[in-house]
Order: sequence, then C-alpha cells, then structure tokens
Amino acid sequence: MSEVRYYQTGTFASGNRLLADEAASAQADPGRANAITKGHRACQGCGEALGARYALDAALAAAGGRVIAANATGCLEVFSTPFPESSWRLPWIHSLFANAPAVATGIAAALRAQGRTDIRVVGQGGDGGTVDIGLACLSGMFERGDDVLYLCYDNEAYMNTGVQRSAATPPAARTATTEPLPGHPGNAFGQGKNLPLIAMAHEIPYVATATVAELRDLERKVERAMELHGPRYIHVLVPCPLGWGSEPRETIEVARLAKETGLFPVFEAEGGEVTGVSPIRRLRPVEDYLRRQRRYAHLFADGTGAETIARLQRTADRNIERFGLLDGEHGSQRRPLLEVLAEADRGPQ
Amino acid sequence: MSEPQRPFAITLDVGSSLANRTGAWRTERPRYVRRLPPCNNACPAGEDIQRWLYEAEPGGEGYEQAWRALVRENPFPAVMGRVCFHPCETACNRCELDEAVGINSVERFLGDEAIRRGWELPQPGEASGRRVLVVGAGPCGLSAAYHLALRGHHVTVRDGASEPGGMLRYGIPAYRLPRDVLDAEIRRILALGVELRCSEPVTDLDRATREGSFDAVLLAVGAQLARKVDVPGGTAAHVLDAVEMLHRLGDGEEPQLGRRVVVYGGGDTALDAARSARRLTGAEPLIVYRRTRERMPAHEEEVLQAEQEGIAFRWLSTIAAVEDGGIRVERMRLDEHGDPQPTGEFDELGADTVILALGQSPDLSFLADDSAIRLEDGTIAVDARAMTGRPGVFAGGDVTPGERMAAVAIGHGRRAARHIDGWLHSIETTEGPRGELARFEDLNTWYYSDAPATVRPQLDSIRRQSTFEEVVEGLDAESALYEARRCLSCGNCFSCDNCFGVCPDNAVLKPGPPGEPYAIDLDYCKGCGICAAECPCGAIEMIPEEI
Repeated sequence: MSEVRYYQTGTFASGNRLLADEAASAQADPGRANAITKGHRACQGCGEALGARYALDAALAAAGGRVIAANATGCLEVFSTPFPESSWRLPWIHSLFANAPAVATGIAAALRAQGRTDIRVVGQGGDGGTVDIGLACLSGMFERGDDVLYLCYDNEAYMNTGVQRSAATPPAARTATTEPLPGHPGNAFGQGKNLPLIAMAHEIPYVATATVAELRDLERKVERAMELHGPRYIHVLVPCPLGWGSEPRETIEVARLAKETGLFPVFEAEGGEVTGVSPIRRLRPVEDYLRRQRRYAHLFADGTGAETIARLQRTADRNIERFGLLDGEHGSQRRPLLEVLAEADRGPQ
Repeated sequence: MSEPQRPFAITLDVGSSLANRTGAWRTERPRYVRRLPPCNNACPAGEDIQRWLYEAEPGGEGYEQAWRALVRENPFPAVMGRVCFHPCETACNRCELDEAVGINSVERFLGDEAIRRGWELPQPGEASGRRVLVVGAGPCGLSAAYHLALRGHHVTVRDGASEPGGMLRYGIPAYRLPRDVLDAEIRRILALGVELRCSEPVTDLDRATREGSFDAVLLAVGAQLARKVDVPGGTAAHVLDAVEMLHRLGDGEEPQLGRRVVVYGGGDTALDAARSARRLTGAEPLIVYRRTRERMPAHEEEVLQAEQEGIAFRWLSTIAAVEDGGIRVERMRLDEHGDPQPTGEFDELGADTVILALGQSPDLSFLADDSAIRLEDGTIAVDARAMTGRPGVFAGGDVTPGERMAAVAIGHGRRAARHIDGWLHSIETTEGPRGELARFEDLNTWYYSDAPATVRPQLDSIRRQSTFEEVVEGLDAESALYEARRCLSCGNCFSCDNCFGVCPDNAVLKPGPPGEPYAIDLDYCKGCGICAAECPCGAIEMIPEEI
C-alpha cells in the first residue's frame, strides 16, 4: 500500500493528530521552546511576536537549545524587555539600533576563541534596524563571513516610534512621514531597498524570505540555515495591525495575501543563486491585499487611486514572472544573479 | 536590612514577563464550539457521519471504531452504503472546495469490512420485560427492532412476505443491493434476540396485539400498493406494475416481458424497473415520463447509470392508450407552474409490454375501521414522537407522510424506538433542538490540501446490460482511507494544533494527548482572534467579555 497523504491539514496547519511527531511543526510540540514567552507587551495580533517565536523555536530545536541572540533596538525589544522584565527564554543581549550584526559577530568570535562549536549565534531586528540603521554592520557581517544567522522581522516601517517610513516601506503606503497628498499617494515609488536581494549580492551561503502565514515553510528555512555555517539571512514578513491598519485577527491572512498576490515573493537562495520559490496556491489581485489595510485606504477613498493600484499590480505581476511564482518550477527559469539584480530596482517604473 | 548584591547600575532584580497578565487587555475571548456538520444535518438516518469518518481516519483498528460509531444509529451500513442517495454528500461543504467527500462509499467500505471480519452489533441491555410488536420487516421495522432490542425490550417482527427486508429486498434490484449483503446485516439484528415471523401478515391489529400481550406496537408496513392509472386500451399488450414485477424478482421469479418494454413513470422505481427489464430482455426499454428530465423525481445517479446502460427516455409524454402492438402517447408541454399540460398531439410507439411505475400507497386494510388511528392522504398520521392517534401505537417509514427513502425509514425506526422506549417507561421524550449549522463560510479552507474525490469503479456497461451483478464496486482500503481523510470536520475540532501554533501570546494550551481538547489561558490571551480566524474547521468563536 502506497503512502497515504494527510488530505486534511497535515501539510499546512501546525500539526494533525494523525501525524507522527517528527512530521508535525515545531510549533505543534507542547514542549516547544517558547523563546518569547507570554506576558509580552506586543499589540493584539502582533505578527512580529509570532514570527520571532516561530523562527527562534525552530533555531533552538535545530541547535539542541544552544542559541545566543543579539537583538537590535526596535519594537521587538520594547515589547519584550521593559526593564526589569524579560520575555526571552534564551541567552539574549540588547544592543543599539545600528549594531546588532556586529554584536552577533563579536559573540561568534568569542565562542570561536573558546572553542565552543556547539553554541550558535542569531542576530535579529526589525526592518528599520536591518534595512536602514544597521545595514553597514550587516553588510560587514556578510562580507567577513561571520557564522551568524540574521533574522529580519519586516513590518515595513518604524512601528514603536509611531509608524515612520523605513526603506522597507512599500510604495503608496501611508505612514506618519508619508502622508498621502494630492499627487503624492503615500510612500514614493522607485525608492527603498530589497534587502534579500542585497544579501544575495554578497553571495553568502543562505538567503531566504518567509511570512508568518506559512509556518512549515519558515521552519524549514530556519532548519536549512542552521545546517549551514557562515553568514545567513532570513527575511520574515510580519504584519503589524497597528501600523498597517489591519484587524488583529487578520495578521496571518494579510501575510498570506502578501504572498498570494505576488507582492511579497517567498523564495530561497544559496550562494547567491535562487534555489526555490514557494509557489502561489490561489492567486489573488493586489486589491484584495490592499483593501484589508488602512495604510492603503486613500487608494480607495475616491476614484483617483486606480492608477496607483494598477501600478502595484504590475509590481506583483513582475515578481510573479521574475521568480516563477505561479508554476512552482523555478529551476527551469533560474537566471544569473546579475540579471536578477539588474531588475532589482524595486518596481517596474 | 542589607541590599542584595547587584551588578553596577542595576537597581532591580531580573523579572519575567509572566508577571504581566496581558489577559486584562481583552475585550473578546475565544471559545471552542461544536457546530452541526451539514452531512449530519442532512442524514435522514440520523448518523453522526463526521464522528465515524473521524474514527476511520487513522485506518487499521480505526475501522472497527468507525463501524461501531456508525451502527450506534444505523445497523445497515453495507446496505445503505449501496442504496442510499446520500443527501449528506449533496450537503457536504467540500463541494465548494473541490468535490464532496465520498461518505457513501466509506460507509459501504466499513459495512463490508464488518461483514468480512464478522464484527457483531453491541449486546442488548438488561431485559425490560416489555414486549413490542413491529409490523413490517423493512428498513424502518428492522431499524426499530434493533434499537428496541438494544434497550432490552422483547421485539417480535411480523411480515407478510416470505423473507425479511421489505422494499430493500422487494423493491431494490440485486444489481444495486446483492442479497447476501442484505441477509448478513439482517442476521446480525436477529442475533440480538429479535423474533422474526415471516409469511405472517398482520390482518387484524387488535387481535395481534391482544394475543401477543404486546405493550407497544410499531406500524412499519411500507407502501406496497401500486398506484393505478386509467389507461384505456386493449388486452393485446401486456400491462403490469413495477412494484409487482420487482417483488417477483425479489422472490427469485422471472417476470414475462416482451422485447419492447415501455416503463411509465419518472421515479426511482421506474428506473429500477427499466434497468431490470434491460437485464431480463437484453433489449433497450423506453421510459415515458410526462415532465422533463430536470423535473424527474428519480435521483440523478440512477438516471445516469440507466443512460449508460442504453435506456431511452421520452420526456413530456403521457400514455393515452395501450393498443395492439403499441401505445399512443400524447405530447405535453409545461405551463408556467412547471406542470404538464396536454397539447392534443399524439404519437404511436411500438410496445409489447407496459410497466406502470406511477407511485405507491400503503395497504391499510389491517387497521379495519380503527377510528383512533388518524389517516392523512392515505397514510398514517403521527405526532412529534411518532405516535399515531392511538396511545401505544407508533408508526414510521413509508406508511407515514414524508419522503419515501430507505434512509428516511431507518431514521424513523430509530426515532420511533426511542419514543417507544420512553412510552414503555412513562418518560416524556422530545426531539432535541438542532445545533448551529457549520457553514462553508465558517471554515478557513486555506489549510486543507487539494484532494479531488475518488470515483467508485463501475461495472462495465456492456456486462451490466445482461447480468444482475452489482454495478457499483466498493473502494479498496486505501481509497476509503483517502476519502475519510478528505473530511473537513466542519464545525468540530479535529486536533490539527493550528490554534496552539498561531497564538502570538502562547495562550492556547494543549493539556492532554492528541485528540484531547485545547484550553485558553485567559491570564494572557489578549483576545486578538487569530486562533478563531485561522481555525480550519470553524470550531472557535469569539464572544464579547463583560466590561
């Protein structure tokens, strides 16, 4: 008798009563690490709290519980570590906004000097600390080949200081510093940085993107990253109900739509080459994603947003074409890195 | 009092965020609910379909658990897995995703496994000393006998036919329901100590009740009389009714049919008669029906199978007269209400046998002139607890008003048994309220893998034109398991751990082993509602807190 698949939810939900323990996700394990424990002060439905637990629990499971984390300043610190309380259940060090990758580098160097090969190092931060303020330290960490997994929890703006634009804020989104005005529909097109592609350009061992909507995919990528040594980078999309103006209960649904519209391509790369993409299961127009977030409400307020929406749709279409998100057979379409980078100017304009 | 030693510039000891009871932020709380699955809601036999599919999902030993859960309501899984028109599958929420779960085929698989492995029904309870007479050994009567026997009552079933089964034997042809399957499931019921007396019709209810000292009676005599229609015509062509023809087939006789058979009617009985005639004569019969295919009361599945077997249809036609070597049909048209109206246009069709299948009605002569038992359109009227106008006399199945279907009869039998039991113990019984239905919109179908339905293999149509071999084959174990696992578990937790995984506040607890319910840690749950939004099966709802 051939293997019978679990046609209920075995492949997509956290677990299933019929699955063997090793086939379920780390999150389905009642003995999971809970790297960030309850009582933290993240908002209702916080995607970052969820993404950090998913990623770190998987890293801890892969490293036998021996992980040290260096954290950049940001929401993640503010809600988890108001003095003297801490939600962290792993060795964890606070650092400045700019230097978490450098602190992680130092920890890795110290461990190497002590001959401790069993302990692994993780650096983590939000998109502000990673894409803007800490980019130089991160690029240096990549370049030096330090043995650190860096996790970026991307909620697309500076949330704990009041939703200011970062270089990860998408075009047309409203933030406190990109208020929509006539002729200026929120954040500008043609700016910003695509950090996963920048990381790939360093030709480091491993780069991946993920979302909190696909737990299995995220856990698998963390596991893969932990199998490798040297600098590794995982960029996790974590919706922010406060900054995005989405319903707290829809955090996972919004992340799912970011991927299913093609606006946020989910892929992985080794040594600078794309090795796999997470294909779109149920393709949706970008409008379905935009409408759930008040940061895009101005696009629907009067008739003037149609062109902007169409432009965002073209961005999604280009991602779908570029990464082969619809056929799931990226291998046949893999293109040289330089060609990908030549197009990596964030938007088709 | 000395200050504890702390590092430079540190004024407070390290604390855990566990001190911060974030549950105080909450304005809504999640609650696990149990909603009524649409399959269960639609099952006329009252089966807890979702439960027995759940039991079957592990496979192996799970099949027996599943079968035992199934026969808590219905002692005829192998029979109904063949002849039921499965309204459960029509109602199945999976229809909106890909195709309905093949509930009926899993039921048949479980029923066949039980026969193959010799699983027996549960043992009857302690003898109550009460005696119940069941009139009619059809699906309603036998279902009631089973449930009454389980409750410890002594049951005598009487039937006028030579073999038990009622319309299961005398209405449904063997190519849909092989007799060994029917016999096996009846035998299991009789093994509980039910007394069966065949070829003993009840002709005088009062006398039968008195002589047997029965404390309660269930009337389940079915609807065995063919409805007649006044078709003028000679005696040249052979005219018979479908009920009689199928009954004789059930007794192993071969009715005499010509080469050109016309069946008149549009119900399942018409189809059964035509498909039997196809096998008996080797020629292709014609079904004449006064409305259109869309308005035919027969079930689509049977119509499709009949078409595959080469049976022809003539819609919008009535038989005006039976003539020498043929029939005269009048063309009809549908009026604005969808009712057929004559057009005055006639056609001649060749025919040497006309089978009438125009509906059936119960034979109520055994009631004599019992005025206490109220009738309604030639059927026996019953109250909400299946009792007739006469105390202690209950009725169910085709003899009562309502849809005539084996599954309905089995459900009637089960419900009647419960109310008879209540009556015998002088306990007031009612039908409980139904739960809230689990709708497709309540599900988060993202989590279900794509899995189209398996199609049951069918006997090659050439072969089935001439034999009474079973047309539809059963599923193998692997396909049955696949079908069971396609169940979405609408409205009821099936332990997928998703709520446990997706809570950003670790506030969903998993206190027991797999299969045990989850709990919410209200000290920390902020009430974001992600668990409810991401529950695949809609088993969590958010309710407002009192603020």
